Amino acid sequence: MAATARGEAGRARLLGSALLATLLAPLALALLALALVAAVAVPVGVGVPLALGVLAAVRGFTGLHRRRVARILGTAVERPYRPAAGGGLVARLRRAAGDPATWRDLAWLPLDATVGVVLRLASLALLLGGLGCLAFPLFWPALPASAQPYWVGLVPVGDQAGANLVPLQGVVVLLLWWGLTPWLMRMDALLTRALLAPTERSRLTSRVRELAQTRAETVDTQAAELRRIERDLHDGVQARLVALGMSLGMAEEAVARDPEAARSLLAEAQRSTGQALAELRQVVRGIHPPVLADRGIDGAVRALALRGPLPTEVEIDLPDGRLPPPVESAAYFAVAEALTNVAKHSQATRAWVRLRHAHGRLRVEVGDDGKGGADPGGGSGLRGIRRRLAPFDGTLELASPPGGPTILTMELPCESSSPRTSPSSGTA
Amino acid sequence: MRIVIAEDLALLRDGLIRLLEAHDFEVVEAVDNGPSLLRALTVQRPDVAVVDVRLPPSFTDEGLRAAIEARRRVPGLPVLVLSQYVEPLYARELLSDRGGGVGYLLKDRVANIGQFLDAVRRVATGGTAMDPEVISELLSKRSRSGPLRRLTPREREVLGLMAEGRSNAAIASRLFVTEKAVGKHTNSIFSKLDLAPSEDDNRRVLAVLAYLDA
Repeated sequence: MAATARGEAGRARLLGSALLATLLAPLALALLALALVAAVAVPVGVGVPLALGVLAAVRGFTGLHRRRVARILGTAVERPYRPAAGGGLVARLRRAAGDPATWRDLAWLPLDATVGVVLRLASLALLLGGLGCLAFPLFWPALPASAQPYWVGLVPVGDQAGANLVPLQGVVVLLLWWGLTPWLMRMDALLTRALLAPTERSRLTSRVRELAQTRAETVDTQAAELRRIERDLHDGVQARLVALGMSLGMAEEAVARDPEAARSLLAEAQRSTGQALAELRQVVRGIHPPVLADRGIDGAVRALALRGPLPTEVEIDLPDGRLPPPVESAAYFAVAEALTNVAKHSQATRAWVRLRHAHGRLRVEVGDDGKGGADPGGGSGLRGIRRRLAPFDGTLELASPPGGPTILTMELPCESSSPRTSPSSGTA
Repeated sequence: MRIVIAEDLALLRDGLIRLLEAHDFEVVEAVDNGPSLLRALTVQRPDVAVVDVRLPPSFTDEGLRAAIEARRRVPGLPVLVLSQYVEPLYARELLSDRGGGVGYLLKDRVANIGQFLDAVRRVATGGTAMDPEVISELLSKRSRSGPLRRLTPREREVLGLMAEGRSNAAIASRLFVTEKAVGKHTNSIFSKLDLAPSEDDNRRVLAVLAYLDA
């Protein structure tokens, strides 16, 4: 039963898709005509804004079809365009003209209006024909007698008894519609995807651009981190050790002459070592928290939850063995940052962290029962998390309706490594 | 007092041995890795062990895990764990068997020799020695809400020192008050936190720690 229901829903959706696309097909031809007019008018000048407008409309139109086709195929069809940048009208038009995706869009317009329309009409015609046959006995009496016998499909119909048999034929046609529609619509979808989806080349080009960008950001972040560590050591530990040396030197001088002063200098020296160690611990925690080295992401996140000011529930479902250390580190700092954000902004009374590894992806969820309404774009905290995730192709999604709850979902592609194959991860 | 030491850095290990032997401890074995530590603890059955958290071969929390495993096999075996950093999670794991005779201190504390030796002796006699940093983290977490807010500042101070594992006498001398005054504070703390009072110092400390870490 359930399978049938799903099948019908699928047919209904395909029917809707076919109707919509068929009705829109004249628009495809209109856009193509406008594009030709604009192309001719470009040398005159007014053609430039016209062409840009037409191209924007074409992209909107093809975008609609990408979404339509994605629903039929069950996989997303991505936009193939190169990223837009500023510049004058002419520069923008030149860039659009240099983008092969523009020409593929334009080539698709007439194809959709012809081959696409034929495929969709075939499906629609089978449905309408089948329904017509089913209803045939009802309107048989109303047909003018002069035109008899009627040819319905391949069968001549001469009287009411013959007309009553036509619905049988209707059933056959409807069965054909039922069976052929998925195939017809799939052909239509594949044709559209072939031209409107990014080509391998454009996909690679945009991937390279993305990698170059995240690499540059990673290098910048690393350099900034190193500068920060250098500064922390310079202003903290190094200064303390200098002071310590001075105290000890002075104590040595004073020891014979004024033992009491020497003792207080030694006590000061001891305080200095304590402070230097405390500062070193802070620096180390910022580089690589020891508990992460000891216990991996599992223990480290539990330790974080224990340290935080809010009661935090932790749910972890990870395979045995450790994840790659860089992924663990990125995920750890992302969770730490997220929990800090929760404590600072959300007015929550409790938080939760969920970690799951499945299908080669680490999924991290940090939620709270606070007031919600967090801005997904803003906040240095979120930007920091994005930067940490970017080198791993990690993604970040924030759901924070006013009134809460706020849920931050992060995903990192990664394979887990067993301790055997990765001795450097140091699991015992 | 018979003592086992686990520390992989020779410099610190020798320092600890010298320090403890100078104060009449008998160092029966000094080891530098996790597996040897577990063996030494279960074979030697020392009066107390001083253990570094991070040990070879894995250079992770090997010392801590060996100590916990040894206490599983020899319940109540006194262990004082030293570390370059303290982690409330580890304190919780050490305390989870409720057996007492447990210490968890920053390595820095060794520099204050009197207090360090006091902690070693306290652990050896079934007491507790928790680092002030662990306690302050637990206190700050718990005091955002709940009964901890009803404590006076003085009572919070006493609670902190008690959670570190100090006796009434030690708290009194630390705060420059009489032991009787400390007793009054502890009674008040126990009634405000709804804990069953206990005359036994060690059991009292464990109750407080369990409360803070709940």
